[in-house]
Amino acid sequence: MSESAPADGVATVNTSRYADAAAIRVNAIPVGASLDERREAALAGARKPRRLGGWYNAEAFLLSMKAYGWTIIVGGVGSPLLYLLGLGLGLAAVIPVSVADGAAGPVSYVTFVAPALLVTATIGVASEEFTYPVMGGFKWRKTFFGIAATPVSPPQIVSGLVIAVVGRMLFVSVAYYALMVVFGAVPQPGLGMLSILAGLLAGLAFGLPLLAYASSIREDKGQFALVQRFIFTPLFLFSGTFYPLDTLPVWLHPIGWLSPVWHGAQLGRWATYGAPTPGWLLAVHALALVAIAAVAGYVAGRVFTRRLR
Amino acid sequence: MSRRVASVNVPTPVITASSLTKRYGDFTAVDGIDFEVTAGEAFGLLGPNGAGKSTTMRMISAVSRRTSGELSVLGLDPEDYGPEIRSQLGVVPQEDNLDTELTARDNLVIYGRFFGLPRAVCRQRADELLAFAQLEEKAGAKADDLSGGMKRRLTIARGLMNTPQIFMLDEPTTGLDPQARHVLWDRLFRLKEQGTTLVITTHYMDEAEQLCDRLIVVDHGTIMAEGSPAELIRRYSSREVLEVRFGSDRNAAVADDVAAIGALAERVEVLPDRLLVYTADGESALERVIERGLRPTTSLVRRSSLEDVFLRLTGRSLVE
Repeated sequence: MSESAPADGVATVNTSRYADAAAIRVNAIPVGASLDERREAALAGARKPRRLGGWYNAEAFLLSMKAYGWTIIVGGVGSPLLYLLGLGLGLAAVIPVSVADGAAGPVSYVTFVAPALLVTATIGVASEEFTYPVMGGFKWRKTFFGIAATPVSPPQIVSGLVIAVVGRMLFVSVAYYALMVVFGAVPQPGLGMLSILAGLLAGLAFGLPLLAYASSIREDKGQFALVQRFIFTPLFLFSGTFYPLDTLPVWLHPIGWLSPVWHGAQLGRWATYGAPTPGWLLAVHALALVAIAAVAGYVAGRVFTRRLR
Repeated sequence: MSRRVASVNVPTPVITASSLTKRYGDFTAVDGIDFEVTAGEAFGLLGPNGAGKSTTMRMISAVSRRTSGELSVLGLDPEDYGPEIRSQLGVVPQEDNLDTELTARDNLVIYGRFFGLPRAVCRQRADELLAFAQLEEKAGAKADDLSGGMKRRLTIARGLMNTPQIFMLDEPTTGLDPQARHVLWDRLFRLKEQGTTLVITTHYMDEAEQLCDRLIVVDHGTIMAEGSPAELIRRYSSREVLEVRFGSDRNAAVADDVAAIGALAERVEVLPDRLLVYTADGESALERVIERGLRPTTSLVRRSSLEDVFLRLTGRSLVE
């Protein structure tokens, strides 16, 4: 007979397994509350999320980015360093003529190319963040469906993602700009800071159409690789990044006009070395970027709503 | 209108649906159902896969718009007050959608933020709920590294971050091993005891019997029956069930013979692998079967369950 055998016909009770009674406060509202009280609680509960839902989402996306924070930092500083060294010291050495003029006459090649490189860096961030993580939110991890069950709305998920990505682009473009100054590629360091803004706008004008597209994809069939190869690369090569756009034959110019890279780079050049640009053209560059970003951002919000509701 | 309309004695209806319908193109997922859930109740939707349970849950949760009919949650129309309603619900979806890259604790904290809770409140509440879900030791582990049962408990903890008025669970224990299911039931039972309104979908009868005060049996988007588990069993089944097996090729052939045992066999149901004899007294029925010279390879006498109710109502098994 074992010690735990019943004595006096009373069975033993084993409570060890579920003994820890962790008490939690469950009901914010008493069980007997009236429907009016319950409705009031609901009306109150949505006030902050309706207003600030985008920021809550931004917080969540930034927290997720922490998982690969190291690559963000190394890439953000390392990539400009390599480009500026390679192009500034290497390519510049074999280009004896000046390709562009600034406010104070001809400028060095690295000065010409740096603002465009800054723009491609923010676009690189955009094409990273607005593709696979979006696909993951809908398809792989399905986190967007979890968020959609909270008071925040699908367009607020979009604005949260945009805020978080702007944060990352800001880090990357500030690092780029600082290195450009170090490399002596910024004759107008004060005004030149506007090239950071140009980079952000160009990144969004390129990234938000991509976001709208990525959120509409249901199967990953390598679409993002195609975008990289057949959209990003041509825009990169034919947008006056490495040489002025008018070096190309006229029939290739429309690629530049449509390209956020070109609009962003031209704004950056005006800012960093005073590339002669009429005021109306500056306005066109800025408006083109803002318009593309705004329309695409709205479309992305619609696509998110359609998929999550 | 007086605020005294709803007193403690008259339970407050927190969800009211009438002629609730959802169509996807030609397919009608939910076909004009009516039901009411009152505060503090554990309400179940029982039915096979594809019966329209999840679609109903999604309409209540204000993430899917109804095609027609009326729906009121906490006195509000989900069509116009989605965020308001969602602010008061806890949702445990059928498929876990945790952020697998984040730690268990961060999953909770960030989720609380979506409800507008201050960071300090989120952190404190996350710790309480990790304890409640018995995941304290896993607080710093990535969600990806948790077992299936732990992920499920974390999802449940996440759904409680906002101290919801109504807790919605879509097949909470599907795919879990028996031990993990029991831990989970224990946690849900605690919530029920504290008066949380629970809405649960399941295709497990034992789950429905354990957790639900009242349930609707759903099939093809319509309600087949409604009542407490005990009521439903009383109304649609016998007290006991005798299960006999004669081998899959003979079951159908001997069914008439078994039915011939007389009034003791209220009804005989032929399944591919066994016969179910609905009876008031299973042991006596088995004796009669044997008296008739039938030799079942195995036999079992048990109480009727919701599975039998479902079989009676639809002619099909709940879990294939």
